[in-house]
Amino acid sequence: MRDDIFTKRRNDNLRFFLVLIILTVGSIIITNYDVIKGFSSIAKALIWGGSNFYPDVKSLRILPEILPKLQETILMSIAATTVASVFALFLSLAGSKTTRLNRIFSIISRGIASLFRNIPLVAWAMVLMLAFSQSPLTGYLALFFASLGFLTRAFMETIDEVGNNSIEALQATGANYFHIIFQAVLPASMPQMISWLLFMIETNIRDATLVGVLTGTGIGFSFDLYYKRFDYHAASLVVVFIVITVIFIEFVSNNIRRVIL
Amino acid sequence: MALLELKNVTKYYNQTIPALEDVSFSVDEGEFVSIIGPSGAGKSTLLRCINRMVEASSGEISVDGVISSSLTKKKLRALRTKIGMIFQHYNLVDRLTVIENVLHGRLGYKSTLAGILGRYSQEEKNQAFQIIKILGLEEQVYKRCDQLSGGQKQRVGIARALIQNPKIILCDEPIASLDPNAAKLIMDHLRNISTEMGITVIVNLHQVEIALKYSDRIIGVNKGKVVFDGLPCDLTAAQIQAIYGSESEDVSFDLGERHAG
Repeated sequence: MRDDIFTKRRNDNLRFFLVLIILTVGSIIITNYDVIKGFSSIAKALIWGGSNFYPDVKSLRILPEILPKLQETILMSIAATTVASVFALFLSLAGSKTTRLNRIFSIISRGIASLFRNIPLVAWAMVLMLAFSQSPLTGYLALFFASLGFLTRAFMETIDEVGNNSIEALQATGANYFHIIFQAVLPASMPQMISWLLFMIETNIRDATLVGVLTGTGIGFSFDLYYKRFDYHAASLVVVFIVITVIFIEFVSNNIRRVIL
Repeated sequence: MALLELKNVTKYYNQTIPALEDVSFSVDEGEFVSIIGPSGAGKSTLLRCINRMVEASSGEISVDGVISSSLTKKKLRALRTKIGMIFQHYNLVDRLTVIENVLHGRLGYKSTLAGILGRYSQEEKNQAFQIIKILGLEEQVYKRCDQLSGGQKQRVGIARALIQNPKIILCDEPIASLDPNAAKLIMDHLRNISTEMGITVIVNLHQVEIALKYSDRIIGVNKGKVVFDGLPCDLTAAQIQAIYGSESEDVSFDLGERHAG
């Protein structure tokens, strides 16, 4: 009998890899993908990037132009994330198994979270463009909706993880629903929630660039503009600034995390 | 009149097997009662029916002259303030300090807003410090509960129950996660609470020897039924076997040390 388990495990593994190979080869054939060309192009792209896509001294002239744009993008990301987190907090309290008031509210708030999360950010940006045209509001709302979906889900799991124990204890003392939320659930889950919030701000600054390309606002628009003018030195300078910003925000939020967790 | 009275209490979790069947007993003020029985006998359910953390399917429970089953939410909260509860896993909010956790015991007396903001009167704070001192935790007052040992956490649990000014304290396996020294300390505190403060203590226990040593009275439960209800000195080896069923055949109990009172 023991041999059978090992044989079965081996056969399972074989079958798994077989399926994987069929899927890979199948997709290569269907899309007419040339594997050798694919890999050699990577090298070519790197060579092109190395010889053209770097900031030079002349490109520094655009600094006064892009710095305000960068600031606008950062502030928009932070605003979208923090406002979304307030709404996400209410939705997650209504949706979590441990703190929900009843099943119907829970299903509704889980539904809202899943809807906002599963519509891609790009789709939000394009759809909102039709309503608000090229304005920072479009980008702001796109980031807000995507963040709301993600944060609600993350907060809900944070609350679920805190568990039922302290809630049960407070119920037994005669505390009411709001006492329990504010005295047990929030103190226990707040640090983890803030950590998610910081993560979302980091992600949103990156994503705001993409949204900016689509909606014609912020640093993303600057990048798009220089890129389409074939001013690759200026465009690469924009990328460098975005990278520096994201690394800086990551550094700050890692420090905040260390203090609160 | 008895402080706590159960009449024909029955609880079904599913349609077929009752978790509690026709349980009746009454407990006087200041009594120390142990409930013993095998795992899954219904001890926890019995305890939780008393403060309606679990709703009994039928039967009547009266606490301090009030029949609990018909109470509205608000009156149930008022009733629960008279009943402290202590848990096997302490059920504290680990990220909060000892004093904050102790003061949670006052939430049942608070308005919604005062409870949310955690506003406690000077009198309540003084009482909390006094109780903490009695339990020997004065050096830990401002420590966070995740820095405490198991025995210290359970003492915080006791303090949280005491500050309710309860008439009854329910203890659900209070020493099941503790080492023998900490267990003895906790049981000594509970015994003192009963003897010196005149508070009724009802303890679910695994260990027969400890029940014999500390209790005024022992209730044996098996398969949801009360199979023994009497003084520790009346509990014979044969009765222990009736409580624990066939499980106890290989286990010999030391019936030597019994509570004298």
